[in-house]
Amino acid sequence: MVNLKIDNRNICIEEGTTIMKAAAHAGIMIPHLCYLEGINEISACKVCVVEMQGKEKLITSCNNAVEEGMVIYTNSPKVRAVRSINVELVLSQHDCHCATCVRSGNCNLQKMANDLGLTEISYPKVVEDAPWNQDYPLIRDFKKCIKCMRCVQVCDKVQDLHIWDVQNTGSRTTVDVSGHRNIEDTDCSMCGQCISHCPTGALRERNDIPKVFDVLADPEKITIVQVAPAVRTAWGESLGLAEDVATEKRMAAALKQVGFDYVFDTNFAADLTIMEEANELLKRMPEIKESGLPMFTSCCPAWVRFMNSQYPQAAGRLSTAKSPQQMFGAVAKTYFAQKLNISPDKICCISVMPCVAKKGEAAIPAMDVTGTGPDVDIVLTTRELVRLITAEHIKPELLDEVEFDSPLSENTGAGVLFGTTGGVMEAALRTAVFALTGSNPDPVGFSEVRGGKGRKDADYYVDGTMVRTCTVSGLKNARLLMDDILEKRAEYDFVEVMACPGGCVGGGGQPIWEDVKMAPQRSAKLYELDEERSLRYSHENPTIQQLYAEFLGEPLSEKSHHLLHINE
Amino acid sequence: MSRLRISTPNQAQLTVERLYKDLERHIVASPPGLCPVDLQLSFLRVCHAQTCGKCVPCRVGLLQLSKMLEDVLENRATLATLDLMLRTASSIADSADCAIGYEAAVMVLAGLKGFREDYVYHIEHGKCSYGITQPVPCVALCPAGVDVPGYIALVGEKRYADAVTLIRKDNPFPTACALICEHPCEARCRRNMIDSSVNIRGMKRMAVDNARANTVPVPEKAPSTGKKVAIIGGGPGGLSAAYYLELMGHHAVVYEEKEKLGGMLRYGIPNYRFPRVRLDEDIEAILSTGVEVHTEKKVGKKEDDISLDKLRKRYDAVYIAIGAHVDKKMGIEGEDSEGVISAVEMLRSIGENNPPDFTGKRVIIVGGGNVAMDCTRSAIRLGAAQVGIAYRRRQEDMTALPEEVEGAIAEGAELYSLNAPIKIEADAEGKVTAVWIEPQIIGPIDAWGRARPVRADRELERIPCDIVVVAVGQGIESHHFQESGVPVKRGVIDALSESGFHEIAGVFAGGDCVTGPATVIRAIAAGKVAAANIDEYLGYHHIISCDVEIPQVNYEDKEPCGRINLREREAGKRKNDFDEIECTMTEQEAAQEAGRCLRCDHYGYGNLKGGRAAIW
Repeated sequence: MVNLKIDNRNICIEEGTTIMKAAAHAGIMIPHLCYLEGINEISACKVCVVEMQGKEKLITSCNNAVEEGMVIYTNSPKVRAVRSINVELVLSQHDCHCATCVRSGNCNLQKMANDLGLTEISYPKVVEDAPWNQDYPLIRDFKKCIKCMRCVQVCDKVQDLHIWDVQNTGSRTTVDVSGHRNIEDTDCSMCGQCISHCPTGALRERNDIPKVFDVLADPEKITIVQVAPAVRTAWGESLGLAEDVATEKRMAAALKQVGFDYVFDTNFAADLTIMEEANELLKRMPEIKESGLPMFTSCCPAWVRFMNSQYPQAAGRLSTAKSPQQMFGAVAKTYFAQKLNISPDKICCISVMPCVAKKGEAAIPAMDVTGTGPDVDIVLTTRELVRLITAEHIKPELLDEVEFDSPLSENTGAGVLFGTTGGVMEAALRTAVFALTGSNPDPVGFSEVRGGKGRKDADYYVDGTMVRTCTVSGLKNARLLMDDILEKRAEYDFVEVMACPGGCVGGGGQPIWEDVKMAPQRSAKLYELDEERSLRYSHENPTIQQLYAEFLGEPLSEKSHHLLHINE
Repeated sequence: MSRLRISTPNQAQLTVERLYKDLERHIVASPPGLCPVDLQLSFLRVCHAQTCGKCVPCRVGLLQLSKMLEDVLENRATLATLDLMLRTASSIADSADCAIGYEAAVMVLAGLKGFREDYVYHIEHGKCSYGITQPVPCVALCPAGVDVPGYIALVGEKRYADAVTLIRKDNPFPTACALICEHPCEARCRRNMIDSSVNIRGMKRMAVDNARANTVPVPEKAPSTGKKVAIIGGGPGGLSAAYYLELMGHHAVVYEEKEKLGGMLRYGIPNYRFPRVRLDEDIEAILSTGVEVHTEKKVGKKEDDISLDKLRKRYDAVYIAIGAHVDKKMGIEGEDSEGVISAVEMLRSIGENNPPDFTGKRVIIVGGGNVAMDCTRSAIRLGAAQVGIAYRRRQEDMTALPEEVEGAIAEGAELYSLNAPIKIEADAEGKVTAVWIEPQIIGPIDAWGRARPVRADRELERIPCDIVVVAVGQGIESHHFQESGVPVKRGVIDALSESGFHEIAGVFAGGDCVTGPATVIRAIAAGKVAAANIDEYLGYHHIISCDVEIPQVNYEDKEPCGRINLREREAGKRKNDFDEIECTMTEQEAAQEAGRCLRCDHYGYGNLKGGRAAIW
């Protein structure tokens, strides 16, 4: 243990602790801008500087450890002056058009300047800019980048894709796509984790709300919106809604209020995905056992992009089942169009996803089962949903809850779980056991796959066969896993991968919070919803059963293959 | 009214003078990888600030060049801008009145030619094609990439064995490099910005002097792969490759032509610089990994030799690290007289404990490199009555380390600089009697910035002597390898930077035999590169790592403080024996010197990109 003094408070703390953490331990929150715990401790912004008694030079608190007997001041005149000047310097290179910035009100730089009470900047503005492909799902605004390097580090250390890097040297140093490439030419998974960790509005998703307004204004179009499982856990956060207000049904009410003709639930399609994927797993099992290579889930488009670009030789191990978003689109434009007796091109299918990569997935040319255009026309992130609601001056807390529309909404607890790491695994195992044994397993019998750990191994006996599972979130973990599998250090039968840490609840399209990881508590909400559902097995979903009976036949039928699977 | 006044510099002038010195030191410590166009603009602005403003080309022309450079950097330029820059700079170079103007323009012209591709990249892509790769300057400049800040910090905490272990991750010759490395790591040490570079080699010396390499255990080996690799040459490069290959689980078998291992470290560098017992410490540690050694075994075509083809059949891979041991000749009259010996020959005989007897002899050494200095100082120690160095250029043009030259002079060597040996005179029996030297004046500077000697209008001079030692460089004995299909170009083995060949699979080469005579650290680095690529070639991907924990930084203010240089034994005493010249630091000195390290692994770009390559 180390004894030190911070702002005249005696602190005794474990050796190796940073000064910033030691101060926080005593309730002193040292301001910081670039710092990201465990990922970006590079002391670049110099906002977290502190004065050490007896030393001329200030030291940064984020990446320097405590020393026995040290005396630290976090607000000495020198610290105060340096901190303000450094924030002013950052502001002098930042495009402060806060009024039109998606991060206004949720911007670390804005908050820092406000907290410090800065009312003017002493320096002239010198703001850099560079062109960017505005059609790409991920948008970088050079004018707002403060070179904190978090995007570089998250992509390096968490996702292991190295899309971003420092570009140029000297005064022209900036952040750009690594290796002098354009973003379209990279292996970017579009996971959006760089956006989630950007302190300003320098990184954001492509704004697709105008497209939604256009289609809402078109009397010829029937608008259908689907909402992914994880969205319901987070949509109320930045609207300031209490948990008991931010319910699924109030979200449906808000969407109704926006004016969508049908408000459906991606959970329904998640149940459908399970029907296909669980049966596919059983069908492929002999080959899996023989080859020693698993089947991988395919519902996360960032993971699928990762697999295709990093391990093309193993891409055939992915489940051919489409993701719930795309299954939903395919069913909406065929089955539901038939029900309405309209041409599929009259339907505009919109989805709300916790994800940026879903924008990319919807645009894959093959995702057009009717030949009339994309199965999913517009994809919004959870953050865009919130902006849509506020743009429409809707106060959800004043709305009464409404039911989702029928028929493409009914869902089970299994479908709900798709939004969290391990959820697809649990849901699939529930149905796989039933398919093999004819009886339902304990719905929470597979809970080893739960929890925020990056990689979880669990073996289950299903009808006498051992199913070796692995559940992974975060692409660096995925890479380590792939290397283990391909180099035969590990063998599994079924592997679930989600690109974002914690799964879709921690998705790159979810509301952004500084200094707090929201995935665990959002995930807990999904487990609550699962428990509250009267049905907890995808195969028991009556609408799914009806869909098979009326339209698809059975799982893995020819029609299912055509509509619900990626066909080589 | 006074007609003249004595001028004394005022406060402002004194300050500017100091700033000039500061800037010089900043430029010395310039990190590698900076945008050359950005630097060009900065240099041009300094030059432009020097203009008196009288002449148009300098006053206006340099300004317009700066504007165009800004356009390039701000993505406003086209290829036509480059053309205008070229015409403008040429015009300034041709018409400026004084050097302030035309030399500034010449710098711009040099850049337009030398890094034109970066200019074009800026124009076409709006960004720079350069970037900082290794953020820590000393590590970036060490050919083997040794974790310098790491071991300095360990030495500062007196954790000498840990320092040796850490150095070994990238260099299995910590002792050799502690004693005789040319320390390229010190060249751009960021400490130069404050005062002068850290004595990095001195720090390493502190480590190996306090934790002898043969007492620090080598890391655990990977399980055996059953693969066997032949290493041709038991010098620093070959043994480095052998060491890492053994750690990776492959079996390394070294074929050494001479009686003992060490190559030039044993047969080229005199004991007073690198005592043999110290060399044996490194070798003992390397051999403790299980390297198999066959000495006095030459790879070649003769009866007792083993051929490369045979090695290729018998082993899974072969590494050629034969060094450069063939003397170069001067090609002057009388070179074959009795008493003319080559540097390699002389140093080898000393290395073999069979030194020539120079007692009372007058010896002339020809050459200006480190090898020439080794010969000079050895000759003094072998009892020569007089030792002279004949060198074509000036003392400052010598390629030997300045401290080696100064050491030789301090020990009594006479330097005949600007004197080109033109013939060797011999008596009727063919024995050397004198060297004739042709006086030179220093002349034009060549493209590499080296001044060339030109014959002076003076008479030839005769220096009477009994022995002439020729130290004008070494070549490579590459015939056998060329015959066996190894590509050879201009006398050196033509290996790729990955140390392999397109033409012949499973054969690798590196060190002096590829680069020509170079430094020990470059040979070690080549061995490291070869080991990694041989490992890949054999189908593995072994990781070399080190689990030594690096001490955290201290928060002391970085006040300017002089660099501690290593002390040497007095010239008058040391010149009488072959005992080591250099003395290690005291603990007091080492603590102060370690504290001067700025820890670029922790501060600056280091903590963004990771201050160390913990594995390779």
